[in-house]
Parts: sequence; structure tokens; C-alpha cells
Amino acid sequence: MDGSARAKRQVVIPGDVVETHGLKPGHGTFVEGDTVYASLLGIQAEHEGYVDIIPLGGRYIPQADDEVVGQVVDVGPSHWLIDLNSPYPAPLHATESPWRVEFGETSKFMNVGDACIVRVTTVDETKRVQVTMRDRDLQRLTGGQIVEISHAKVPRVIGKGGSMISMIKSFTHTEGFVGQNGRIWIDGKVDDIMNAVRAIRMIEEYAQSLGLTEAVKAQLEGVYGKQGA
Amino acid sequence: MEDIEHIEKEIQLVDANGRRRDGRRLDELRPIKVEAGVLKRADGSAYVEWGGNRVLAAVYGPREAHPRHLQDPSRALVQCRYNMAPFSVSDRKRPGPDRRSVEISKVVSEAFTAVVFTEQFPRTSVDIFIEVLQADAGTRCAGITAAAVALADAGIPMRDLVASVASGKIAGQVALDLDKEEDNFGDADCPMAVVPRTGEIVLLQMDGHLTESEFDQAMRYSMDAAKRIYEMQKDALRRRYAVTALEAEAAGPGVTA
Repeated sequence: MDGSARAKRQVVIPGDVVETHGLKPGHGTFVEGDTVYASLLGIQAEHEGYVDIIPLGGRYIPQADDEVVGQVVDVGPSHWLIDLNSPYPAPLHATESPWRVEFGETSKFMNVGDACIVRVTTVDETKRVQVTMRDRDLQRLTGGQIVEISHAKVPRVIGKGGSMISMIKSFTHTEGFVGQNGRIWIDGKVDDIMNAVRAIRMIEEYAQSLGLTEAVKAQLEGVYGKQGA
Repeated sequence: MEDIEHIEKEIQLVDANGRRRDGRRLDELRPIKVEAGVLKRADGSAYVEWGGNRVLAAVYGPREAHPRHLQDPSRALVQCRYNMAPFSVSDRKRPGPDRRSVEISKVVSEAFTAVVFTEQFPRTSVDIFIEVLQADAGTRCAGITAAAVALADAGIPMRDLVASVASGKIAGQVALDLDKEEDNFGDADCPMAVVPRTGEIVLLQMDGHLTESEFDQAMRYSMDAAKRIYEMQKDALRRRYAVTALEAEAAGPGVTA
């Protein structure tokens, strides 16, 4: 990355004035009078004509079309209640599941503690969340492990165009899925899973550092040798 | 009772040079140290040392509000628990909420409700825990100062941080940031919390009596000091996130290349 990108990585604190340079105020900002202020602790960034504050922490708030890793916390006769690692648990109705579920037989398909990949379909103004499992690669998860990271660091784990996660997968020969809610599912051999988790923890810790991809690559090469091993 | 009155005559809160017992001038704060992100399990946390005060603040949320009947379908609740450790004062404090800590919890949660964007998180609650480990007068101000940093550390959207400080009257003179002796043997204590960016007051209490002009002087001292505290809070947050960058550099050339 060049010097200008580095200069833009500036930590802002709630109440700080945000220089917009003629751009529109975006996520994590608010306007009072003619001035734009930051409402979040985060890093100022410019994206598609908006000035955003990329949060450094905080809870995941569901948004429509997010694909997330959920966990069943309650089962009703015609729905499951899915925890999305957010303040708002989401009901998954039996008709939104990939199976043909008779009334009262929901627990034959998924039970409390089971994990699944779901997509958020709608979120209304009182943050009532609807989710679905009716699509390809939305499924109940069996085997593997789930790692939780801050949702703010998900883009770093995925990398540009999925580069980071596909690198981890190909080095460690694991399968996995990164949910927008910060839950990551990894499946493979136990040792490989542990190495993938280590790489993810490294990304989590150094999420704001430059040259992260190279550092993660170096670490994985230390374990598996040069790519292709 | 007799004994206390005896001490009151003996104790000299301000000397002939206008210096206080600990050498401070009337408009001087005690030494303050603010640290952000000290607890791993909490969503956000902060630790404040303020003279003899040691206060820990932890923030959780926004999370599902329990019990459910407390949920507000249009906004988040900001709940606060102020608690003093049994060992925080010289005589052991009976643990558990008492009249004083219930009141402080209430006014602190109201102060933060004014700055948090509660409408962004309907049906949830943001929970603030203030634990006083060691008390030396002005614990609610230290607690609010810590809680504001903890809220920002938890990634909760706010209009601004909140800075808090007390002013009072000792030996007939208005003074900033009273310590234990000055609070016990002084004439008045007036804690306040302010939104530094706008000058909005979100908490104002008074114990004792001040004349109008004394009150104005106390507010001038507090407002001025709040700005200094605000800088310390911001500095603590910046330091917290600068640390991650430094560690990355130390980890090896590959990380920062």
C-alpha cells in the first residue's frame, strides 16, 4: 500500500470532527449543523463517495442478505430460534428450511446447540430478523469447529475478493465458511483446523496492520512449507 | 461526634498561600490516569486512577434486554450499576446496593442515555458496570469518566464522550476536585458531567450550599477541568489502538512490510 492509504488510516473517537472532503457522511457518522462527527471509535475510510467510520469493535447487527453462521437456541413446533451472535435472535420458520418438516417434528432436523449457515432475508425497523436456509450452500453444519471473532474483522479474514480465506483453506486443506457475524466454521483434519484457527487469530490480532497477507502466508509456510505442499 | 467537631477546628484545608493539603492550587485536579480496554470478557472496559480513587468500568451490549418487559421497541436501554467494593473505604462497606449507590446508578444511566444513539438498537440494553475498588471522594466522577471510555471501547455509537468532575467549597473558597478530607470537612460538593463538545450538562448534583456566584465559579472550574479530562479520555482510547500497531511491528518485518 502506498503512503496515501496509510495516511487515511486514522483512528477517530466518538465526537471527533470528520473531514469529508466534499463526500457524503456514511456509516458511523452523524451531522449536527454543518459539521460531520464520528459516532464510533474506528478508522476513517472513504468508499464510493461516502466517508465511513470502520468500527474497531461492537456487536454484529444483522443486515438483509448477510450470510451468517447461526446456532439453534430454541425449538418450537414450526420454527427454530437461531442465535446470530447479535442482540437479536432470529426465528427460522420450518417452511424456510431445506426439509419437508411436519408440524411438531422440527427437532428431528435441528436441535438446540446445532449450528447452521443461514441468510438474513429481512430486518425491519424494530430489528425483527427473518432468516432462510432455502438456498444452495445454506445448510446445517456437521463436524468441524466454529471460531468466533469480532464482526468488524470479517473483511480482513476474507481478504480482497476472498484471497485471504482461500489462501488459508488451500494451505491447510480445510473447508470453511466465514459468516458476516464473525463466526467462522472450519472443517478438516484436527491439526489442519488448529493451524487455520491460528492463522485466523493472527489476522484478528493484527487486523489493522499493513502487509497482513504476507505475514499470514509466512506463518502458514512455516508450518506447511512453500505453497503446494 | 465530639471528636469530629474537634478535628474540624484543627484541620486547615487551604493554607495562607492558597495551597491545599496535598499542595494543589484551588483550580488543580488530582493526578489522573485513564486506561482503555483492560478487561477481556467485557465488550468494552476502562480503568481510572484519580488521586486515591481506583475505578473499573465494564460495558456489555447492546444485548437482549432482560427481563423482557423492560424492552423498549423503539430504543435501547442504558442501564448502569455503580458498586463499591467492601474494601474500598476504611471501614468495611456492607456489600450490596444501598440508597446511595442506587441513586448514583440512576443518575449515571440517565447521563449516558443522553449521548448514546439508543434508537439504533431497539429492544436491547447497554449495560454499564462501575466498580469502585478504592474510594477517595469523587468516585462517581471517576466512574463516569471510566464508563465513557468503556462505552467507546465497546464500539457503541455516541454523540460524544462524557467527562465528569466535581467542584466544591472548602474553607470558604471554591475549589476543584475535592479529596476525602476536603469533602468531609468542606462546605459543599458539586459533581457534574458534561458533553465536552457541546457543553451540554448531563449530570449535576450538589451536597451543601453555594451562593450563586460561588456556583458560577465552581461551574467555570468544572467546565475547564472537564476539557482536560476529555483529552485524557481520548488519549487513552488512541493509546489502546496504537498498541496493536506497535505489537505488529515488533512481531517481525513481514507484518508491517
